[in-house]
Amino acid sequence: MIALIDYGAGNTASVSNILNELNADFILTSDKKNIEAADKIILPGVGEASSAMERLSELGLIETLKNLTQPFLGICLGMQLLCESTEEGDVSCIGIFQEKVKRFQASGFKVPHMGWNTIKMATSDRLLEGIPNEIYFYFAHSYFVPQNEFTTSICNYGIDFSASLRHKNFYGVQFHPEKSAQQGIKILKNFLEI
Amino acid sequence: MLAKRIIPCLDVKDGRVVKGTNFLNLRDAGSAVELAQRYSDEGADELVFLDITASEEKRRTLVELVKSVASVMRIPFTVGGGISSVNDISDLLNSGADKISLNTSAVKNPQLISESSKQFGSQAVVAAIDVKKMDKEYRVFIKGGKVETNLEGIKWCKEVVELGAGEILLTSMDQDGTKNGYDTNFLSSLNKVVSVPIIASGGAGKMEHFYEAFAAGADACLAASLFHYKQLEICDLKKYLMKKGVPVRL
Repeated sequence: MIALIDYGAGNTASVSNILNELNADFILTSDKKNIEAADKIILPGVGEASSAMERLSELGLIETLKNLTQPFLGICLGMQLLCESTEEGDVSCIGIFQEKVKRFQASGFKVPHMGWNTIKMATSDRLLEGIPNEIYFYFAHSYFVPQNEFTTSICNYGIDFSASLRHKNFYGVQFHPEKSAQQGIKILKNFLEI
Repeated sequence: MLAKRIIPCLDVKDGRVVKGTNFLNLRDAGSAVELAQRYSDEGADELVFLDITASEEKRRTLVELVKSVASVMRIPFTVGGGISSVNDISDLLNSGADKISLNTSAVKNPQLISESSKQFGSQAVVAAIDVKKMDKEYRVFIKGGKVETNLEGIKWCKEVVELGAGEILLTSMDQDGTKNGYDTNFLSSLNKVVSVPIIASGGAGKMEHFYEAFAAGADACLAASLFHYKQLEICDLKKYLMKKGVPVRL
């Protein structure tokens, strides 16, 4: 059973649609017990970081998420929330990846970074298995995670930043696999098979 | 490298796709869900749905349509038309839309842009702006191009960005339906003063028009009838753009 976390800052409908297509057994939940009992966890994310952290805190989920040992996938804002802190609303986050999320500032590059961009593999990683190098994924974000020791793939938009991250059981993707056509579905399928 | 986007626009009325010439004389082009699926398969980068009856009749956009489109679509889509509250926006995003566009309601209540971008992130908030050339300046029109406002085009574009809009969908009413090309003069002026992506709309008639709009600073180009009636295949268009050195996703 997969727990797709519903905390009012998610693109839960789109992720649900793909999980249905892949015949995955999942529940949409914000309940601590359901999350702890799940085999895998997905934290989707569309929205603004400080309100999302506030919501996770109200639901009493921050420590719960931090202590999970099952495969965990954070998508877009869901990945950023796994970092130490973010410039967006200047808040502390869950703290799996010891990085600060920053705002795009390169001159000549419009913000948000919106649309299809290519990713380059930084290391081999199960989540990205079978994904060719320099393939397009869909991005929609104004803040980014700098390249760091946990970076598994890189995207460039005025600066190289983390397109995906991994630390132990925690995986994160900055792009939206649920909106990235066939290659995105492949990534979610890889996650289900971990 | 970030690709320039090609976006088919589906003007929806009662769940069917229609396309007008200069915002009038509606013609039926097909089922919205069917077309959405086709475009997704053919390589569209994104889709825009505009419920063109919404502003006129003050009714809410069809959440059910968004749900059925989201169930077949594996690329992002924007929905607009008659969206006038944060609750509407929340319903549409929760039904599977990636972004919402605000037009008339943003002019009437600019706070809607700031409130929604604060709550959902500016990447989810598109300001749709219809402009028409009047003597020496561009004027903003609302209610599907029927009502003139006292807002100047460039000034209003800058204001919506300050309020938190993450993208501007700019429709030239003069060019819309003419197939004579996008309004590259306005696009180029706009590109110099705003920091968010710009979607060019109105006037696409042939492949060169897309190239011209990208050269003028557009980040995405929107077209409707050209694609609905298969006068232009997205795949051929992208091959042409790639040859011209425009980064596209093929």
